[in-house]
Formats: sequence, C-alpha cells, structure tokens
Amino acid sequence: MKNAFKRIFGTGLGQLTIPIISILLLVVFNLIRDPSFFSIGIMHNNDGNIVLAGNLISIINGASELAVLAMGMTLVTAACGGQDISVGAAAAIAGSAFVKVLKSAPAINGGIVVLAFFSACLVAVIFASFNGTLVAVFKIQPMIATLILYTCGRSIAYWINGGATPTVSSPIITGIGSFIPGIPVPTPVIIVLVMAVLFKLLFHFTSLELFTQSVGINGSAARLNGINSTFIKLLSFIILGVCVAVAGCIGVSRLGLINHETLLLDVEMDAILAVAIGGNNLGGGKFKIGGSILGAYVIQMLTITLYAMKVSSTDVKAYKAIVIILLVVIGSPVVKAKFGKFMGNVMKKNKKVPVKGAE
Amino acid sequence: MQENCLLQMHHIDKTFPGVKALSGVDFCLRKGEIHALMGENGAGKSTLIKILTGVYQMDGGEIRLEGQPVVIKSPQDAGNNGISTVYQEITLCPNITVAENMFIGRDSSFFVKKKEREKRADEILTKLGIPARSTMQLGSCSLAVQQMVAIARAVDMKCKVLILDEPTSSLDDKEVNMLFDLMRDLKSKGVGIIFVTHFLEQVYEVSDRITVLRNGELVGEYLTQELPQVELVSKMIGKELEELSSLGETEETGDEEKEDFYVAKGLSSSDALAFDFNIKKGEVNGFTGLLGSGRSESVRAIFGADKVTGGNVKIKGKNVKITKPIDAMKHGIGYLAEDRKRDGIIAELSVRENIILALQVMNGMFKPISRSEAETFADEYIKVLNIKTASRETPVGSLSGGNQQKVILARWLLTHPDYLILDEPTRGIDVGTKLEIQKLVLKLAEEGVSVTFISSEVEEMLRTCSRLIVMRDRHIVGELKGKELTQTQVMKTIAGGDA
Amino acid sequence: MKKFGALLLVGVLAFSCLLGGCGAKTGGKSSGTIKVGVVNNPPSESGYREANVKDMEAVFSAENGYDLKTAYSLKNDEQLQAAQGFITEGVDYLLISAAETTGWDEVLKKAQEAGIKVYLFDRMIDVDENLYEAAVVSDMAKEGETAVNWLLSQNLAEYNVIHIQGAMGSDAQIGRTGALDEQFAAGTMNKVVQQTATWDEAEAKKIVESVINSGEDFNVIYAENDGMAKGAVAALDEAGITHGVDGQVIVMGFDCNKWALRELLAGAWNYDGQCSPFQAQIISDLIKGNTTASSKKIINEEKGFDAKTITQSDIDTYGLGE
Repeated sequence: MKNAFKRIFGTGLGQLTIPIISILLLVVFNLIRDPSFFSIGIMHNNDGNIVLAGNLISIINGASELAVLAMGMTLVTAACGGQDISVGAAAAIAGSAFVKVLKSAPAINGGIVVLAFFSACLVAVIFASFNGTLVAVFKIQPMIATLILYTCGRSIAYWINGGATPTVSSPIITGIGSFIPGIPVPTPVIIVLVMAVLFKLLFHFTSLELFTQSVGINGSAARLNGINSTFIKLLSFIILGVCVAVAGCIGVSRLGLINHETLLLDVEMDAILAVAIGGNNLGGGKFKIGGSILGAYVIQMLTITLYAMKVSSTDVKAYKAIVIILLVVIGSPVVKAKFGKFMGNVMKKNKKVPVKGAE
Repeated sequence: MQENCLLQMHHIDKTFPGVKALSGVDFCLRKGEIHALMGENGAGKSTLIKILTGVYQMDGGEIRLEGQPVVIKSPQDAGNNGISTVYQEITLCPNITVAENMFIGRDSSFFVKKKEREKRADEILTKLGIPARSTMQLGSCSLAVQQMVAIARAVDMKCKVLILDEPTSSLDDKEVNMLFDLMRDLKSKGVGIIFVTHFLEQVYEVSDRITVLRNGELVGEYLTQELPQVELVSKMIGKELEELSSLGETEETGDEEKEDFYVAKGLSSSDALAFDFNIKKGEVNGFTGLLGSGRSESVRAIFGADKVTGGNVKIKGKNVKITKPIDAMKHGIGYLAEDRKRDGIIAELSVRENIILALQVMNGMFKPISRSEAETFADEYIKVLNIKTASRETPVGSLSGGNQQKVILARWLLTHPDYLILDEPTRGIDVGTKLEIQKLVLKLAEEGVSVTFISSEVEEMLRTCSRLIVMRDRHIVGELKGKELTQTQVMKTIAGGDA
Repeated sequence: MKKFGALLLVGVLAFSCLLGGCGAKTGGKSSGTIKVGVVNNPPSESGYREANVKDMEAVFSAENGYDLKTAYSLKNDEQLQAAQGFITEGVDYLLISAAETTGWDEVLKKAQEAGIKVYLFDRMIDVDENLYEAAVVSDMAKEGETAVNWLLSQNLAEYNVIHIQGAMGSDAQIGRTGALDEQFAAGTMNKVVQQTATWDEAEAKKIVESVINSGEDFNVIYAENDGMAKGAVAALDEAGITHGVDGQVIVMGFDCNKWALRELLAGAWNYDGQCSPFQAQIISDLIKGNTTASSKKIINEEKGFDAKTITQSDIDTYGLGE
C-alpha cells in the first residue's frame, strides 16, 4: 500500500494520477449524494435476457464509443502532435456506410453484418488516409487538415443514405448495440475491452509504440534512426480510422438507426479531452492508451452524475466545462511541478539523499 | 573570505530530487577579471550559473555582490543586480533587427522610439568594436556577431557580472578571436566575466583565473598561469596523468593493405557538392575544415540523411543505393549526428528505449525487442560505456550532455555496425568522456569497425585518425596521412596556403 | 446513387440560377403551362425537407400543367437572389419557404409590381399580409395540443411523464412543449423529468436510462421527435420495461417517419404526431381555383396517429422517408 502510494505520488503526479483521482472523487461524491448510486441490479430485458443494470453500467456502457475513439486519438496525438477533429463526422460516414450495406442486403445475417462492418472500416480508413496524407505528407497542422472533413463529413454521410434517419432492425444489430443473449454485460463494453486488448497486442507484437513516441518527441532524430515518420503518422490515422468505424457501428447498433446529423455529435472534443485527462501530452510524444480510456470514463461518469442530479442537459455542458478546466489545470506541468516539489519536501524528511554530480 | 570580491558565492548548496548537485561551493569573481569555471559535465557548473541567474533557487549559502548580500529569485532579479548571461544557444530573435534585439523587453515606455534606439545601439556596437549595424537583421549576421550582439545587449544593461556559457562552441577561430578581443575590452572596463567552456586552449588564452568543480564540490581556485594544462585536466577528471598521455600512440598504423569497406564516387546531396570518398575496414579517418566547409554535409550524404542527388556507392565491392538512413543502416552504417539535441536523443524516452531504438528500427516493426532483452542490452551498455544515469528507465533528456552522447553511441554500437560515422561526438562534453570516446573509437577500429570522425578540435582528430580529409568551401582540398598529420600541416591545408 | 445524382443536378441547377440570375429560358412558352418558382431550403436539411421537396416536385409537375423552377439554399441572401431571379424571368407564381423571417419586403413588392402571386409555405415571413396571397403552414402548438389531448383521452389513473425536448428554442420544440407544460402547471400530469436531448437519439436514451437507474416511476414518454422516442425505447428495452399498446409505458413521438409509424402498427409505440410537409396540393388547389383561401394563414391540417387505429395505408400516405 505504501509502495503504491509512493509510486503515484513519489515523483510528483504520475500520468494516471489525474484520471484515477477524478474517478475516486466522483465515486465519493456520488456515494455521499446517493449511497445507492452505484448499486447494480440484475433484471430481464424485453428480449428476455438476464442483464445488468444501474448507473455504473450506464457509465461504462455509455462511454464505449468515446473510449474507442480516445484510443485512436491518443495514437494520432502522440505521432502528430495534434488532434483529429473530424472523428464525429467520420463516424457518421462510417455508420452510414454500415447501414447502407445492411439495407442493401435482402436479409440481415451474420455474414452481412461482418461485410457491413468491413465496408464501414474501409470507408473510414479511406477518409482517415485522406486526413493522414494531409498531415504526414503535406505537413498540415492536424486540426486544420481535419477541419475539412469536420465541415463536410456529415453532408457526405447524408449522401450515402439519402434519407434523414434510415433504420435497420435485426437481432444481430441489437446484439451488437445492446446485449447478446446469455451475456449480462452490454456488448459495447465488451467491444471496448476487445479493442483495448487489440491495442495491447499491437504494442506487444510490434514496436509501434516506441516508433510513434520517437516520431512524436523528436521527428528529426527519429528520421536519422531510420524511422519512416510519414508512414508512422499515416498509420496512426489509419488506426484511428478503424476506431472511428468501430465507434460508428456501435452508435448505429445501439438504436438501429443512423441520424447523420446527431450520431456522435461533438464527440471529437470529448475524445480530445479524454486524451488530455488521461495525462497524455497533446503536443505529442509519450502516451498511455489506458489513461485515455480512463479519461473517457471520467467524462461519462461526470455526465451521468449530472443527469442523475437532474441538471438540465443544456446546463450539463457548462458544468462539465468547469470540472474539466479544473482537471486540466491540475494536470498542467506547472501544477504538477509544484506538487512534485511539495511531495519531494515531504519525502525528504525521512530519506537522506546521496551526494552525486548533476548538471 | 577574500575582501576584494565583486561577486562572492559562499557555501552554496543545491539538491535535486535524488542527487546533490552542489555542496558547499565557494566562488569569488573579482572586478576586471576573466574567470574560467571548469569541470566535467555533471560537475555542477551549470547549476552554479543557474543559481546565479535566478533560474534555480539555492538550498543554502549566500551570494554577495560588492559586499552586499543579494537575493536572486528570478532572471529579472539577476538582471536588476547587474548580472547578465549569454548562453551557448543564441537566445535572441533572428528575424528582427540588431537594435530591436538589443532593446527588446527593456523599454520603459510603451511607445517605441525607433531612431533613438538605433542611434544608441550603434553607439554601443561601435564602442565595443562589433562589426554590425543596428538596422541589420540579426539572422543575417554570422553566429559570432549574433553572440556579440547578445553580449552588447548585456553590457548595455549596465552589467557588472557577465556570464558567458560556452560562447565559442559554434564559432570558428577567427570569430573566437573577435569574441576574445571583446572580452578583454570589457575586462579593462572593470566588468567581471565568468567564462564557461570546454576548450582548454581558450581558457589559457583568455582567462586570468580558474575555478575547478568536480561532482558538485569545489576542487580549488587557481591563477591560470600557474596551473599547467595537464594538471588542470587531471583536477577536472580526478584521474592520473599517465592515463591521458597513453592515448595517441596508435597513430600510425599501416592501413594500406586493408580492403575498402566503402567507396563513393561523385556522391552529392541537396546540401553537399559531389565528392569522392573511401574508407577501409578498420580504418579511422576524419573530415576536417572550418565550420561550414561542408564536412558535416558530406557525411550526411554518406548516411543518406539529406536528399542524395547523385553518385556511385560501393560497399564491400558491391554497388548499393543509399537514399535514406534506413538503407545505410541496413548496410551496416551508423551515424551519430552533429546536433545531439535535435538529431540524436529522444529526450522524454528512457535510456533503455533510446539505446535499443536503432536496432529496433533495423529489426523492423514486427520483430519487437522484448522488454527483458532490451533491459539486458541497456544494462550492458550502461556498464560498458560507464553511462551515469539513475536507472535505465530515466528519461535520457535528464542526463548530462556527455552521458546523452554515450547513450547515442550505445544505440549505434548495439547495431554492431561495420562503419560508424561520428560527427562531433565530443562537442560540449567533458574531458573525461572525450577521452573515453576517443579510446572507444580506437578500440572499435582494432575490432575491424571503420570509423569516420569529425571534430572541431584538430588535436583530437590527430590523436585518433590515420587519415584526414580536409575541406574548404564545400570542396575536398586535401588528404593528409602518416607524417603529414601535424597540427601545422592541417592548419595550412585548411587555410589553403599549401594545398 | 440515383438520388445523389438528382441532388447534384438540382444543386448545380440552383447554383447556376443564382449565378446567372436564372437566365435559363423555358422552352415552349405555351400558354397552357403555369410557371412556378419555388424558393426552399435544401432537401439535405432534414427528412422533413426531403419529403417537402419531393412533394413539391410531384404536385407541380408537367403532367399537372406546371413548369417548375426551384432554388435551394439555407442562406437568406441566396434565397433572396434566387427569388429576384425568378421575378426577372417572369414566373407566374412564387412559392417561398424562407430561411429567415426578415428581409423579404422589397422582393415581395417587386413581385407584386410584376403581377406575380406569392404563396408562403412551411414558414411565415414578417411582411405585410397584402404582399402574399396566402401562407400554408404547420401549427406546432396545435401539434402539441393534439398530442396532449390524445394523452388525456387515455384516462390513465396518473400521468408520470418523461418529457424529452428537441433543440431548445426551435419552433418545433416550443410548440410541442407548450401544451404539455400547461398540464404540468395545472397538476393533471406529473413531470418526472424534462430534459432536452437536442434531437439526439443517443442522448434521449441516456436521459431515460438515468431515470430508470434512479428508480423513479413513470408511465409516459413524450419525445418531441421520432428519433428521440426510439432512443427512449431502447433504454426501456434494456431495462425490461414493456411499452406500447398494453405496455407499462406509453411512448409518444412526432414527425411520422415511416419507420416510426411501423412501430405504431406493431404496437410498440402508442402515438405519433404528424408534422406535415405536404403543402403543395393545397397551394395547387388555390392556384387552380379549386378552393379559395378563407384567411391569409392556412393551417395545414395535421393528424395524430394512434397505434390502435393506424393502418398500412396511413403509413404509405403519410409516412416520411422509407
């Protein structure tokens, strides 16, 4: 316990300290406000499956799309030192493509859903490559480059289906967006888990993490060490593209309908925030995917807490902004350094420091 | 305690988390004196300077200026007390005029009196004999002049203490002399100058007194003329003298019969004119010439660091194409770049990650080096190269310059290169590490690795290289080997008197 | 793809109209055809608009004796230019659904001078009544009233309502909220929660989820459009709460999308209020003199559909989209 304490606080604020502390604060706050806030119920849903329900499930479930996007956004941020602000629009495109394929099939079966998903991935990756090329090859600022798709993405999504809100209904789609019969955990939560594991495997079986960080921290040195930084940046966008497709398909499957105007609206800002709350440097370089996932849950927990308090949803954004400003300020280098100094002084009292040369 | 100190630092202590950077250091600067502050990297020079300039706060001790205790909490405080600093890297703005640079951030009135300013700037420049006019864009001046403008700015701020932190590291000899003239002039006007440098000759040329630090402690204060150069070095590194002189005996080795490892004909790049070059297996050769002579650009072309525009390259007799760094690496070439911070280290990554980087790139993305393997490699090289780091997981950016350089060396050594290009591997690092690197180069050569070595210090090149390629104005103007390898001969060739 | 092509064509047409002040000549100027210029919002605006545009094209077709010209824009000034173009070109009738309510005085006066008759549809404009023949519009407040009256007629023992609002300040939100607010104020219905989901389905689901998690009782969901009603229902489904005909919770939506009406037919929802985009026939009748306007403002009659009485032909006739 003492060791864990030291690990988190000993060297100032570690990367994951902020999201962990935020979650703890929100948990404590909610427990005081309503001790039953986190109670999890077991119930039958309308399809007759046994499912888990409760605020905790709502939080983890509701944050799924955000968490998936935050994972991809972390990689782009690390490699390019900027963010993709078109993920919401791109998810609307991917979701529209998903629905388009489903609707053009005579009947929806497993194969069609897989085909639809891969089509969505393909479409998202094409658009992501467009963004990636602007950033990696033409060296345009990521936010500026992705502004293009941010602006026109939802119109493109409209063209794909030509209708306002095409719907699809199938038990398979319900299974993806809600619950698979026999599994009491919402499927989107499982998808997030799968994505997280895939990222873990990606970093384990390739040296992408090292290369991405090198490119993000010092592009010139990375190049002189033989790293193809253009490729790494492009790859980060392509991986984000896959995340976008996954998020878009989850979003569509939840309700069995695509509304190109509202699907994952404003999610890009939340995704960037999740990356920031996760302690990642928005200027690129070192990163922790886990931090961003936690960041996504912090944001969602905040939203659900405010809903539970019956704060008007028009006001929720303002409250969210206040809390997020606090989090980001606490996580800023200035405060971190001050806090580190303070903790250093506390630690010094019971530990002698060896005399050693330093520049 | 001396009575005649202009600036006195007494018993200064400073601790960083985990390391004691300074313990009980005394320092005394007199009026009208050039005082060299010497020590290895990590000796505490920078820390002492940063305390004096308000960047760091000391944990204990006292600073007196003209006998009065002063508290320096920020660079502004330092400025107000008449303490000015000119850093190694120019900290002025290149895209505005000299006059604007001299007055930036110091205008008392909001409205700019441009003419008045320029007049005043020209006055100072003339007085100090600096060859620049106030209306010139700073970026259009040579580095030396830029440095002098920075000094002029400091002098005009009515400074009593001028700190010059490695001011000569990017200057050529002529420019260094100009700078020294300016320093002597200021000295005669009563300014106390603290001079931090790694160039021993320069210390002896210009300084009156030397203070040596080692491992955060004061070794002593000496009159320059009473301290022989070898003794100074041994005080700085705390090593025995014979170890130093034992180097340089491997000078002349018969490389003639060895086979060529690398041959280039008419190699050119976006930055380098076409040139011919070859290196034999196990040979150590070097490029020399003044700054801007094209020596760095040439080796960059060999490594494919810049856009290669032409030429024919053979490695071990086979035609190869090297257009980008990874091509060169695949052919067993390693390249330690001139600018360590910009082109070498990945500052925020750990020592371990920095060491395995090049090998990992060569292995490719899909064959990651496992964590335990990487740790073994890192530990091995930390030990072999004597890298001073808290642990292998320490971010490399927090290491001292010399140790950063060793990490990059380790990175290339780990790839087991056949040919290693070292561009200024010893710049800005301490004497001890310099020697270690020179020794390492010779050892590598013995093991059959070819090395191309570039250094601004000719003496260092003479010690290590068996062949020197001399460049002037982006052309190769001579090649020296065997008995021709003397300081005077190299100088002559560089200067073009006898090429 | 076909739709996309058509859209593009329409877009290009509209654009060239704007640029050239609509220099396009109409082929044979046979006296039999009535030239109609329509200034509207683009079909991409919403499903409603898409249906509205299609309806216009269907009614003012060549078969019905019309020569139709259209201009679509979300921007008022572009709409004004387009109207100006139609006047210069000499259409017989000008039909306008304006992006903004102001700035139209001058153009309408010019139209009057040129003897062109103006009809407003879907949206009102702030001008003197004499400047147009008639305005065929929806009454959003009435849509709300119809829905609330239907709800009252269900004679529930108590009304615990989750009210999911559209984007705050929009016409539809204000109209559809009004009638329900009256009931809340009068105490006949109990407000469990009133939240805006800004037309976002996913947001609506979250709102209902949070009520379910809090354990509060409710038996009516009043969502101000179909999408949000669908979001709400998804939350009910996951929590195992039955809904629709004979369910625990009454589900109400608006807009009459075809898919929503099918939910009604299946008994999964209870009520869907129409927001009719079909003004073309009314205007056509007025133009041809089949009917006369009783007043300047003609309220487009809008229905409310009950799950118990809806038929497939209702869906085919009144449903929007597919």
